[in-house]
Amino acid sequence: MTIARTAGRLSRALGRGGGTSVPGAVLLRLDETAPDRLARRLPDGVVAVSATNGKTTTARMLGACLAAADRRVVANRAGANLLSGVTTALLEGSAASPRPDIGLFEVDEAALPEVATRLSPRVLVLMNLFRDQLDRYGELECLASLWHEMIEGLGPDTTLVVNADDHAVLTLAGLGCPGAEGRPDGPRVVTFGVDDTSHALAEPPHAADATRCRCCGAELRHEPALLGHMGRWRCSSCGAVRPEPDVVARSVALDGVAGIELSVDTPAGRVDASIPIPGLHNAYNATAAIAGALAAGVPSELIGPALGTSVAAFGRGEQAALSGRQLVLLLAKNPAGANETVRTVLLEPGRLHVLVALNDRTADGHDVSWIWDVDYEPLLERIERLTICGDRAHDMALRFRYAGLDPERMHVVPDLAPAIDAAVAGAPEGARVYVLPTYTAMLGIREVLVDRGAVEAFWRDGADGLDGDG
Amino acid sequence: MSVVRLGHLYPRQMNIYADRGNIAVLARRLEWRGLRLDVESLETGDAIAPGRFDMFYLGGGQDRDQEVVAEDLAAHKAEGLHRAAQEGAPILCVCGGYQLAGAGYTGQDGGRMPGIGLLDVDTVAGPTRLIGDIVIDAELDGERRRVVGFENHAGRTRLGPGARALGQVVAGHGNNGEDGGEGAISGRVIGTYLHGPLLPKNPWLADVVLGWALEHAGSAQPLAQLDDQLETAARERATERAGKRR
Repeated sequence: MTIARTAGRLSRALGRGGGTSVPGAVLLRLDETAPDRLARRLPDGVVAVSATNGKTTTARMLGACLAAADRRVVANRAGANLLSGVTTALLEGSAASPRPDIGLFEVDEAALPEVATRLSPRVLVLMNLFRDQLDRYGELECLASLWHEMIEGLGPDTTLVVNADDHAVLTLAGLGCPGAEGRPDGPRVVTFGVDDTSHALAEPPHAADATRCRCCGAELRHEPALLGHMGRWRCSSCGAVRPEPDVVARSVALDGVAGIELSVDTPAGRVDASIPIPGLHNAYNATAAIAGALAAGVPSELIGPALGTSVAAFGRGEQAALSGRQLVLLLAKNPAGANETVRTVLLEPGRLHVLVALNDRTADGHDVSWIWDVDYEPLLERIERLTICGDRAHDMALRFRYAGLDPERMHVVPDLAPAIDAAVAGAPEGARVYVLPTYTAMLGIREVLVDRGAVEAFWRDGADGLDGDG
Repeated sequence: MSVVRLGHLYPRQMNIYADRGNIAVLARRLEWRGLRLDVESLETGDAIAPGRFDMFYLGGGQDRDQEVVAEDLAAHKAEGLHRAAQEGAPILCVCGGYQLAGAGYTGQDGGRMPGIGLLDVDTVAGPTRLIGDIVIDAELDGERRRVVGFENHAGRTRLGPGARALGQVVAGHGNNGEDGGEGAISGRVIGTYLHGPLLPKNPWLADVVLGWALEHAGSAQPLAQLDDQLETAARERATERAGKRR
């Protein structure tokens, strides 16, 4: 274990990022069962969160709730969400004093089956499945069958917290089909959802994934959909219908890019929260966090105030001041996430200054065709000036050209630093610039902002979890 | 005003690789020239009325959806598509659509999904997926041009004597990763594994197909040149990527 920790320090010293996965990877090489053993030492076990979108933010919200209940939490850092990143966190936790009593991990959806099997989480929060990087994850169906197999292996010691509004996630958990009651020897299931239909979509967006009932194969209807394919779904044929969730957000108010207010009914009473993290997608994340926190034994009266203190994870609604303009970083890495980002930006008044950054590196997915599944069109009539950058800036420019954006409003500046300068220079003093980057583009943009003293480096950004030796 | 009538086959099921980008390119490139694209969806159960369409588009879908589509193609669409092909209406088939336009697809488990034989090709699932940026030298109407895209397919497609490859692989895998060919063409039916989507970065290919469709619509006028600087820059960037990652 000393070797593994040294590797982490070395990685950081060599400037290779935060050393957030290296020690775990080294430890796994030396001792393959180390994470399983380290997890068993945590007296309150492990809480795991997985989804296509919202893992990082939800885990942070859950972390704030657990901390409010005086639990000593060991958590992995944002993005270090494969087995190696989880193992790194467990390793660091094992050396901490005092020892942590609970693990909190966001887990990559493809890595989840192995991580869940090894760590036997007490609470497993499953939020959504959207179309993501096809070249990396394959089709949604492959992932769904992996999750199904994993859930089949869970026993009654696990509480499964699932999104009732996502037909696929609910049915994978063994609920949602007519007559389905879950296995008697299976996990305890708690459902959550959002009921505020003032946020209804006129129709599910283009990239909607779950269009067919998983119980019978017939067409699935939404009455209505609130976010992507999520909402009050109903099968057109077999009678499968979205159940009343156990934990349900009755009202959600969206305050532009500033934050949200929500009122959530739970079996333990109502939870009201005002959270400085924007967008309807984060209302879903907050509702999931509330259900997860209750399942982990956090008293309900502590949850609202705790959520109010949670802050946006890096690049997810984070703001930075630069040359008298306010940059708002809104990660947009797949169609469903980008659609919600567009929706959140549209809550803001007036003409919009937007910087879009498209990279095609491994963490982004090499295949950039997903941008054609994003509904950017509602932005067109609001954009004052669009700056486009990243490895595949020209692909994104074509997306907007064929959408019909006035070419005069579009500026292609492939390199990130000059693109940030151009976007800032093109916006009036005091204006906001909305930055929509893919994952590695977000890291790159943050690096530029760190260099200029506008934001802090992310591995020091350890408000949740232990900060290791960073 | 000349109008091209496009039959978009199964837009709900066969849209996994951002196929709507291809439709957007066809529509805009006509619009910018004072012409128009009328798009009509052809869903399961719909029949194809003779002479109703000047071109067709068939994209790719998830395996589960493709089985339903394969059945419906045979039952309700095959006859109409064969007739349209004989009458010179272009049919553009991408990814899964390419496989279904051939003789069929034999899965990993040996199960067979029959195609409709518009192209003399046959596809068998291989042990791995062929994934990555791809560059080909494509030939259409006697002209050779560079065409770029992204491929992601388990199927290994082989051509029979009735089809020729759409292009030769410069970088990437192509039909089967072995014979250097990519896609297939027979008359004005084109099949290819290139998505990304296919048409935004390859306006030459889009315009050739649109020219054919206009001919079918009875319009003889050649298509005016457009300013394709962004398209060219995007194609060059994708070509660079394909070279580097190999």
